[in-house]
Amino acid sequence: MTQYATELTRIRFRSARALTVLALGPVTMLAGVGWAFLQPWRVTLLHPHGQGFWWLVVEPPLLVVAAGLVFALLAPAIVRDLEEAGGR
Amino acid sequence: MQPPAEHVHWLFATGFLLLGLLLLAEAVVGREVWRLRPWRAYLWPSLLFALGVLMWPVMVFFTNSTIHMLAHSSWAQVMMLAGAAELGLVSGKLRNELWRLAVPLAFAVSGAAFLIHEANPWLYSRSAFVHHLCGWTLLVGALFPLGAAFKPRSLVFNTGYALVVVAVAITLYTSRDVAPVFGHLSPAAGVAHR
Repeated sequence: MTQYATELTRIRFRSARALTVLALGPVTMLAGVGWAFLQPWRVTLLHPHGQGFWWLVVEPPLLVVAAGLVFALLAPAIVRDLEEAGGR
Repeated sequence: MQPPAEHVHWLFATGFLLLGLLLLAEAVVGREVWRLRPWRAYLWPSLLFALGVLMWPVMVFFTNSTIHMLAHSSWAQVMMLAGAAELGLVSGKLRNELWRLAVPLAFAVSGAAFLIHEANPWLYSRSAFVHHLCGWTLLVGALFPLGAAFKPRSLVFNTGYALVVVAVAITLYTSRDVAPVFGHLSPAAGVAHR
């Protein structure tokens, strides 16, 4: 294998890891959205009338989306560090 | 103003989901890359510690029985211990790598507490099923952080550790106060609601 081919293989491997990290947030958010479609009664904001405080505050599908969103905000910096540290 | 028990489960599920995502990312990129930014190294140990702290109000307000209080307080203590041990290791204040055993200890104690404080059988209700499943997941899953404590760079142990946390989060999201599980609901559990 030439040096160029070795470099390409290494770059592809790193990209797979980077893609995995970048995908974690969106996949989690997508899972939350999917859950909201499957069980819309869990999202009480869609029908707030008569709901109590906790039912309006704690809506599991939205919490899953929120967790994914928080992670998605962290992911780009993780990937940047991964790519910068590529030679290590 | 006290939240229903199922809402507390869902809130903790969210904390565990975020914890699992952070652990999974660290497993994928490796510890060296993860710690390139000092604040990031403190991220998941702080979250674990915070989850332990937040378990104390659960112990205080959800006093169904003595065993419930003991289970919740033991969770609070072991999660705080595990979080604090990892924080100590990250900051360099703790140097002995054996402190990493605090996490598998937390898994094992939490798993045992789940199983001990659930008095009903698996198919009594959804809540009973969730508690049994979480208990066994944590007890068996403790092998992953145990392995990671001795092989910190192992992709299998670190990924397994993260996935166990994610699995517990998903299981906690399915918890309901009174709901059937696989069509089973004991008449003694009460009337099911959506």
